[in-house]
Amino acid sequence: MKEALNIAGVLFIALTIAAGLIWVERRLLSVWQDRLGPNRVGPFGLFQVIADTIKLFFKEDWVPSFSDRPVFIMAPGILIITILLTFAVIPFGPDFIVFDSNIGILFFLGNSSLGVYSIVLGGWASNNKYSLIGAMRASAQMLTYEVFMGLSLMGVVMMADSFSFNAIVEAQKGGWFIVPQFIGFIVFFIAGLAETHRLPFDIPESEGELVAGYHSEYSGMKFGMFFVGEYLGITLISALIATLFFGGWLGPSFLPPVFWFLLKTFFFICMFILLRASLPRPRYDQLMKFGWKVLLPLSLGNILITGAVLIFFK
Amino acid sequence: MLSILRTIWLTFLHIFHKTETVEYPEVKPYLPPRYRGRIILTRDKEGEERCVACYLCASACPVDCISLQATEDESGRRYPEFFRINFSRCIFCGFCEEACPTYAIQLIPDFEMGEYDRQNMVYEKEHLLISGQGKYPDYNFYKNAGVSIGVKGKGEGDHEEKPLDLKDLMP
Repeated sequence: MKEALNIAGVLFIALTIAAGLIWVERRLLSVWQDRLGPNRVGPFGLFQVIADTIKLFFKEDWVPSFSDRPVFIMAPGILIITILLTFAVIPFGPDFIVFDSNIGILFFLGNSSLGVYSIVLGGWASNNKYSLIGAMRASAQMLTYEVFMGLSLMGVVMMADSFSFNAIVEAQKGGWFIVPQFIGFIVFFIAGLAETHRLPFDIPESEGELVAGYHSEYSGMKFGMFFVGEYLGITLISALIATLFFGGWLGPSFLPPVFWFLLKTFFFICMFILLRASLPRPRYDQLMKFGWKVLLPLSLGNILITGAVLIFFK
Repeated sequence: MLSILRTIWLTFLHIFHKTETVEYPEVKPYLPPRYRGRIILTRDKEGEERCVACYLCASACPVDCISLQATEDESGRRYPEFFRINFSRCIFCGFCEEACPTYAIQLIPDFEMGEYDRQNMVYEKEHLLISGQGKYPDYNFYKNAGVSIGVKGKGEGDHEEKPLDLKDLMP
């Protein structure tokens, strides 16, 4: 019974935040660009989410005749499934976790690697050169950033001595990992940006060059799935940053732990949106160069130093 | 690296800036008096139509959206039998206003002319003609013109002298 409630709660929170982000992102961007944003539908424009969803549902759900039909239809689903699966191992509270896996971080890394298939297959099945270029960029970008996304977390794993998210949160009772693992945090944050292919790293999409990149041919709710998948991805990476580096659900006891967790998550979601509002998209080769030549050595050095310090003090 | 952080910080500070958006239907923008919007036909001070149906506006119009037919009343005063402007063609250039010798046709600061039916964009004379004088009050073409059609006698105009008696030798 409790597990069913947890599953329902996690799904409800994750999907509500992801849907609400449509409105939050547009309003926040408008604040940072001295505009007003959507404020017409309902109080503060909150019902914009509903209006957008209804619009997406009523749009023609067109599958191109030249596409690889089954793969084309399957691709957006993969994205949502892999991201929602990862939410299962994230502790929203001390007991508010669907499945307290002892390999939580590996589960997350594996799922995020699987998520790339969604984009690659979607871009390939569209049978359109822009989609294919977008998908190729996505695969190269993910390959690059997946490598040190995992490596940047190894410092945290070493310090907590566990791959389980709940154990990592418990290990931060003495102090958040942001202080000893600052480099890990920076690297993970940037890798997370690239992982969710958010601006400034939205190179697979880059609407200025590739129409809409890998989802050029998608319309209706299939496009909506990619859209929600992106917001779910932001929520997931924000939740992970909060869990791994900022103490997860830990916080003063006058508020329930879930609240602290959501507060921290929401803060990083806002950070993602702020980055979108302020930074331009780098060129493709600049991104790869930055990944391989700066962030990879940085994360390796971080592991080296963390390990050395841990052994020295043991 | 530092410049990126600075960019992010400066963008963040925009929270405290004033929004530039004008919420249009509630807040109307200021339009200067000489704004070129909807076209009207005006009347003179006496309430008569100013338009003398000279066709200058129609020939000046670069998109040929003005169509009219001249006619005369019993006193010999010219006026348009019909005057039609197709606003779905009009580009609001104001050439008709510049061409008009009688200040009859004028552009006013109003642009809210949306219609659901395209045919409603065609304005007839009764839609165009207003009862006022528009932007140029106290101007009556026939007070300045040489012709007399009942508005004034010969030589009684504003900037006119009495006609000379050609058979008289007196200065």
